[in-house]
Amino acid sequence: MAATADTVRQVEEVTGRAYKHGFVTDIDMEMAPKGLDETTIRFISAKKEEPEWLLEWRLKAFRQWQQMKEPDWAKVGYPAIDYQDLYYYAAPKQKPKLNSLDEVDPELLATYEKLGIPLKEQEILAGVVAVDAVFDSVSVATTYKKELEKHGVIFCSISEAVHDYPDLVRRYLGSVVPAADNFFACLNSAVFTDGSFVYIPKGVRCPMELSTYFRINAENTGQFERTLIVADEGSYVSYLEGCTAPQRDENQLHAAVVELVAMDDAEIKYSTVQNWYPGDENGKGGIYNFVTKRGACRGRRSKISWTQVETGSAITWKYPSCILQGDDSVGEFYSVAITNNAQQADTGTKMIHLGKNTRSTIISKGISAGRADNTYRGLVRVGKRAEGARNFTQCDSLLIGDKCGAHTVPYIESKNPSARIEHEATTSKISEDQLFYCMSRGLSTEDAVGLIVNGFCKEVMKELPMEFAVEAQKLIGISLEGSVG
Amino acid sequence: MSDKATLALLTGAPSSGDGPQWLATVRRTAVEHAERAGLPGVRTEAWKFTNLNALKALEPVAPRGTAEIARPASFGGLDAAELHLSNGTLTRADALPHGVEMVSLAGPDDAPGWVAETLGRIADTDQHPFTAINTGAFAGGVALRIARGATVERPILLLVDTQGVEGAAVATHPRVLVVVEDGAMADLVEVHTGSGAYVNNAVTELVIGKDARLGHYKLQAESGEAFHIAMTAALCADSSTYDNFALSTGGRLARNEIRATLDGRHIEYRINGGYLACGDQHMDTATFIDHAKPDCASHELYKGVLADRAHGVFQGKILVRPDAQKTDGYQMNRALLLSREAEINSKPELEIYADDVKCSHGATVGELEDDQLFYLMARGISKERARAMLVAAYVDEAIDHIQREPIRDAFRAAAADWMQRHIAGAPAEGGV
Amino acid sequence: MALLEIENLHAEIDGKPILKGIDLSIEAGQVHAIMGPNGSGKSTLSYVLAGRDGYEVTEGSIRLDGQDLLEMEADERAVAGVFLAMQYPVELPGVTGMTFLREAVNARRKAAGEDEIDAMGFLKMVRAKAKTLGVTDEMLKRAVNVGFSGGEKKRNEILQMAVLEPKFCVLDETDSGLDIDALKVVSEGVNALRSAGRSMLVITHYQRLLNHIEPDVIHVLAHGRIQKTGGKELALELEQNGYADYVEAAA
Repeated sequence: MAATADTVRQVEEVTGRAYKHGFVTDIDMEMAPKGLDETTIRFISAKKEEPEWLLEWRLKAFRQWQQMKEPDWAKVGYPAIDYQDLYYYAAPKQKPKLNSLDEVDPELLATYEKLGIPLKEQEILAGVVAVDAVFDSVSVATTYKKELEKHGVIFCSISEAVHDYPDLVRRYLGSVVPAADNFFACLNSAVFTDGSFVYIPKGVRCPMELSTYFRINAENTGQFERTLIVADEGSYVSYLEGCTAPQRDENQLHAAVVELVAMDDAEIKYSTVQNWYPGDENGKGGIYNFVTKRGACRGRRSKISWTQVETGSAITWKYPSCILQGDDSVGEFYSVAITNNAQQADTGTKMIHLGKNTRSTIISKGISAGRADNTYRGLVRVGKRAEGARNFTQCDSLLIGDKCGAHTVPYIESKNPSARIEHEATTSKISEDQLFYCMSRGLSTEDAVGLIVNGFCKEVMKELPMEFAVEAQKLIGISLEGSVG
Repeated sequence: MSDKATLALLTGAPSSGDGPQWLATVRRTAVEHAERAGLPGVRTEAWKFTNLNALKALEPVAPRGTAEIARPASFGGLDAAELHLSNGTLTRADALPHGVEMVSLAGPDDAPGWVAETLGRIADTDQHPFTAINTGAFAGGVALRIARGATVERPILLLVDTQGVEGAAVATHPRVLVVVEDGAMADLVEVHTGSGAYVNNAVTELVIGKDARLGHYKLQAESGEAFHIAMTAALCADSSTYDNFALSTGGRLARNEIRATLDGRHIEYRINGGYLACGDQHMDTATFIDHAKPDCASHELYKGVLADRAHGVFQGKILVRPDAQKTDGYQMNRALLLSREAEINSKPELEIYADDVKCSHGATVGELEDDQLFYLMARGISKERARAMLVAAYVDEAIDHIQREPIRDAFRAAAADWMQRHIAGAPAEGGV
Repeated sequence: MALLEIENLHAEIDGKPILKGIDLSIEAGQVHAIMGPNGSGKSTLSYVLAGRDGYEVTEGSIRLDGQDLLEMEADERAVAGVFLAMQYPVELPGVTGMTFLREAVNARRKAAGEDEIDAMGFLKMVRAKAKTLGVTDEMLKRAVNVGFSGGEKKRNEILQMAVLEPKFCVLDETDSGLDIDALKVVSEGVNALRSAGRSMLVITHYQRLLNHIEPDVIHVLAHGRIQKTGGKELALELEQNGYADYVEAAA
């Protein structure tokens, strides 16, 4: 039918359009020499004036990493990465310590403004979102620190935390994702440059959303940030993460690690809108997004909820996971992954049920267009002692055009008879009936497709905090622009 | 790399100089593949959940002689023409129905063209070491051809039996080839039994022609000490129907793999089955469906019951190639865990490259539903009996998919037999 | 002595008290109705009577014909003569209607030391009863309740009641999900089973059902206790005023 042909053509048209965050900021940078050896690590550690234990931790990770092999089990293909041809440290030249946001380089403030991320507190409604802005390798600004301190909430860059809260960092760093967990996490452990640190004390409901905004700017630079969030007993925090990068012909590596720890009755809600540069329509350029995200529900009745909208990156390799240790703890994973043109996404989650009556929900929506491949890969594991564990998984794939692929690879393992696990998956296209129905009510093909795709993603989108939902909805539009309207 | 276990399994393989030239070539390639690959370890994705160390530790010997084979009681009432493969050797062949031609695969020096053209071409030896070993080492088996347009009403019952010898493990590699020519129809029932310790490494190749129909049903009831490794590989043509059902109850370690290429349009492909395991049994089911052409439908429902310390594995994959528009694929694995020590690994997988398809899959793991148990008990049925009824009904849902009634009844009886021996309170055989 | 005697019954679910002291006695041959707002404990009472796991009786007693029901498992109660027609009858995939009924009857015969029932005679008897309730042969061959409409499920419940011939029946919201025609068929089926030796407890939210199955006594249940007992006029009163008085009274 003509309508489908139209859709496909419109999706193809998108390819010419510019990535909206593709500009480069011209700013003086301080870089470590290209390449990776122990000197690089010592350089990074020295730059950050790190304590000896952390340097040792990094070096140990590096030695382990040298023995490891890059994983090849994911359904993604890319030319070999030359780890010696990258910069591992790039920071905007700045005075050593900022006393207030007013001292932030105006060029940087302008960059974030252009990205729609306000760093000047007075310019936004009070108490909406506190932001930690990470520019290449370093955190450049954190807003609302004072306000948060009143509640005992610690929100700062991880470099600062290493100095100011060494005990907390030392206790939890690597406790969820061990340094040598996997190839990319291990690399990150050796060379991580910055990231955010959050600690919510007992019984505190964080008064505002916390947010980190990652920006890759410099050329040939790997970004290795590390985020650590600890929610102490009975606390709550909602954390948002956004990512963009300039449009470049070279592929850039992003290998982040995120660790979450939730104690008794604590809840962490972690939302991501990932819009790294996806490369052009021929698959030239774009970010390689190899990320390890994992949360430990250590306490009873604790809850960790991951929500992600993945529209960017040339390659996405990430599996935000939950280790449900505490009895009655809850893990959730809500994901929308859109791939277009030559993008490849292999994403999903792991839900490891260890405690009694632990529950997990997985809702994954994959949308493929162009020549893209989109894979859901997930593991639900129920241990012997996880009496009464419950999992429900729903994976839906939508294909737009006949040159793309949608794949579902769930692993289900149970060692407890009282556990109940359900997995459902469907693959479909936008039906002619749906299109016709919408169009017979006066919608254009473009609007109809937009409506249907948004409906398809609704279960996930409603999990996003309001501020993010709007941005995410727009992104879905941009990613499938021409067909989504 | 040729590991000891592979070599041991290949012991007694006919030397590649024996037999006709075409077979020597097929065998030589297979042996090369087997020796190169070695037996799979748990790092091989396809064998991730099935540890073969116990099999690798064996020093298998060739079987000794042959024995009489009796049908299992549950299949007693089935009217069928029998073929017996005892220890890999064809020992009995009833007069086969009109339209069926049979060739023994023991030294097929004068095999007809249709055997030479197909044997070893359907089951891939490159990726499948056990298939390679079978191909290199099979000493006997049968090839059947159903003539073009023939409708064979009476099922062919193939009884495969292996007898272990005292103090050693026997290895056999029975080989079956069935060519169903265009427009022909037939039913083949395989029953695998035995006693003592042995490795039964079976390969069945199927070619199903245009508008043809093959019903293929298998009961795996090996001895409790046996290793059963089986590969069924099918190639289906336009508008053909393949109706498969596999019930696994035997073996210490059993792997049943079914692979098919749907190389035509409007194919109806049905693979359903059940696995019933108790004690320390390990039961692995692997299926792969290659939707290579448009307009085909595949249906797969597996039901597993795991008691005691049994370990069940299900790996199913549906591949839909770019051309295979209008594919309708359904795959479901449900497993019931009846004990605290039982374990299941389930991996239902979809790989889809065509957009106009309807594919769904699912998996469930759990125990019996409380509200169903309560409902039965609220009508006066004891808890034990209620559980047994629900377990039987659970498996019956898969058995229901067998398209031939007399065969369905035989499988229902085989499942009931297992229930009676292993589930307290199970009713003597009886449906409605 | 009454056929059913409930004394000071307290029950809870997951530690939450639902029934807080119910006293109720039903004479043989009588039909009682329990009416009450949502959340009053009506369904809990029906499950406690039938012996469902997860409903913990913390105090009180239930006796049927002098036998202590609380000492019995659900199946033993059923064999002793308790029948619960459920609000949401459960689907039993793979278990056909006839198998189910035969198993249930044989469980009773076994308890009574009798032989299993003759299959042919039983089939005839069930078919005859099924016919009056509009349960087709096809429904009997299918898996219990699987793919049945709401009305079919309820008719199937009453058929089971007719075949199993219990002493004491609990009808839990039997009218829910029924249109007027289906309600008539079901009610007629129930009325046909009224007899001198059999008692019934009809649980309902609405007065409507009681136009068809006329009770001897009506109780109003709210907040886990019987708040009022009376005759047919009580149902009409509730129809007019609703449950507001009872909801507020104890709130």
